[in-house]
Amino acid sequence: MLDYLPIAVLIILATGLASLVVILGHLFGPKRYIETKMMPYESGVNPYGPGTRRMTVRYYMVAVLFILFDIEVIFFLPWAVVLRDFIDHSLGLFALIEMFVFIVILLVGYAYAWKKGALEWE
Amino acid sequence: MSDPVNLISEWFRELLLGWGLSSTLVQLISFAIGAVVVCLVAMTVVILLIWVERKIAGRIQDRLGPNRAGPFGLLQPFADVIKIMTKEMITPDGADSVPFNLAPVISVAAVLLIWAVIPFAATVVGADIHVGVLYIIAVGSFGIVAILMAGWSSNNKFALLGAARAVAQMVSYEVPMVLALLIPVLLAGSMGINGIVEAQNVWFILLAPIATLVFLITSMAEVGRAPFDLLEAESEIVAGFHTEYSGMKFGMFYVGEFLHVFTIGALIATFFLGGWRGPGAATYPILGFVYFYLKAFLGYFVITWVRLSLPRIRIDHMLAFSWKILTPLILVILMVTAILVKVLENANVWLFTLVMLTANVFIGWAAVQIMKQVEQSKPPQQTFEGRPVAMAPKPPASANS
Repeated sequence: MLDYLPIAVLIILATGLASLVVILGHLFGPKRYIETKMMPYESGVNPYGPGTRRMTVRYYMVAVLFILFDIEVIFFLPWAVVLRDFIDHSLGLFALIEMFVFIVILLVGYAYAWKKGALEWE
Repeated sequence: MSDPVNLISEWFRELLLGWGLSSTLVQLISFAIGAVVVCLVAMTVVILLIWVERKIAGRIQDRLGPNRAGPFGLLQPFADVIKIMTKEMITPDGADSVPFNLAPVISVAAVLLIWAVIPFAATVVGADIHVGVLYIIAVGSFGIVAILMAGWSSNNKFALLGAARAVAQMVSYEVPMVLALLIPVLLAGSMGINGIVEAQNVWFILLAPIATLVFLITSMAEVGRAPFDLLEAESEIVAGFHTEYSGMKFGMFYVGEFLHVFTIGALIATFFLGGWRGPGAATYPILGFVYFYLKAFLGYFVITWVRLSLPRIRIDHMLAFSWKILTPLILVILMVTAILVKVLENANVWLFTLVMLTANVFIGWAAVQIMKQVEQSKPPQQTFEGRPVAMAPKPPASANS
């Protein structure tokens, strides 16, 4: 657990340092409230309608694809670490075949997503 | 076999222990000083990099770049920092002020955190944890959260569009990036960063040139620089997610971007170019710093060069490139690497390198051929023959008569 202590210290200090710089900017910068200046920027005209509005569904499809693939990709990491150990204990072929079965399952999902047009930006 | 950094920290620890502090407290204090040094060095490097980048950009575009403030314009970035400090920071009406103010801080802190696990020399590493690669992947994704917070809380349509684009882009390129990082892990048999560096008797760029290339491309997309700067495409959506930011808060996003690019250079150096390794680095750890920073700067220079040479690509091309080309390519490389590691388990290291290099070159060539075939088999693009796009209007027949 002591290995992670420097990281915890760095989290606190990095956040603190970045906040400090922003606070310094607050101290040195002017603060003048002008109503038109505080409007959301919209190419010089008065903003039309709400600023946060609905996005197209395509962004959500990319997000769902990412969730599917990234979770599966994380399973590769422990396999990659121990592959050499498995080979040293003459279990290399077993490790390879196990992983290739997994990759084939991944590719079936990939092919399905491609066939369904989830990878297209139309 | 000791280096100045460890000597100083040992001396300092002795000094504090001599004052009668408990050893836990001394440990914490030395960690804190180390963290401050890492942060300050990174920030200083960024300030210099801004000058370097502007000089390179100037030379590539046939200009001089900054040359007025100080020798060779070296003081220009400092002048910029002082100027940006004294500018007003606007929080627009209707903005969600907590995430709006938190986003720039997170975007810098997320990049600084990566430096905790990067080894600068044989004996100098912040935290030599066993899951270093996983840590880099996890912390590197924090930047996405900052961008989404900035875009969502700005109450601005352009900012929201930029944030949505940024998330779609970063999330798409995350998958091939993780797969590309698997190859050094597989070759080294370790997830610790120092373990990967120590395994590079032959630099991994020779064993896995395609993984290096894929990692370079995907990390350029993660940073969001040209040709992947769709998230702040200034000719389409003003400035993307940081449209509403001004003053030092904008400066923080700027610093975060530059620092991220240099961090990518450092990661490429660590994973593929042998990190701190070089002639004499094992006996004199101070040389490790020199080699490490030189290699990291090389990576930085390549990214800058690409940025200044290529135009922005379209969003559908950008996503298709990640999902349809990079992901299958890197999966094939991963499988081939695993098979070769198994088949050549008893081979000489040079034979292994030669076979790996040949396999990579062959797969790269095959990928290019397949892409050409696919492009040629597509129906030809609609042309506008007989329908000229722009033509001078014919003079009326009665004009001359």
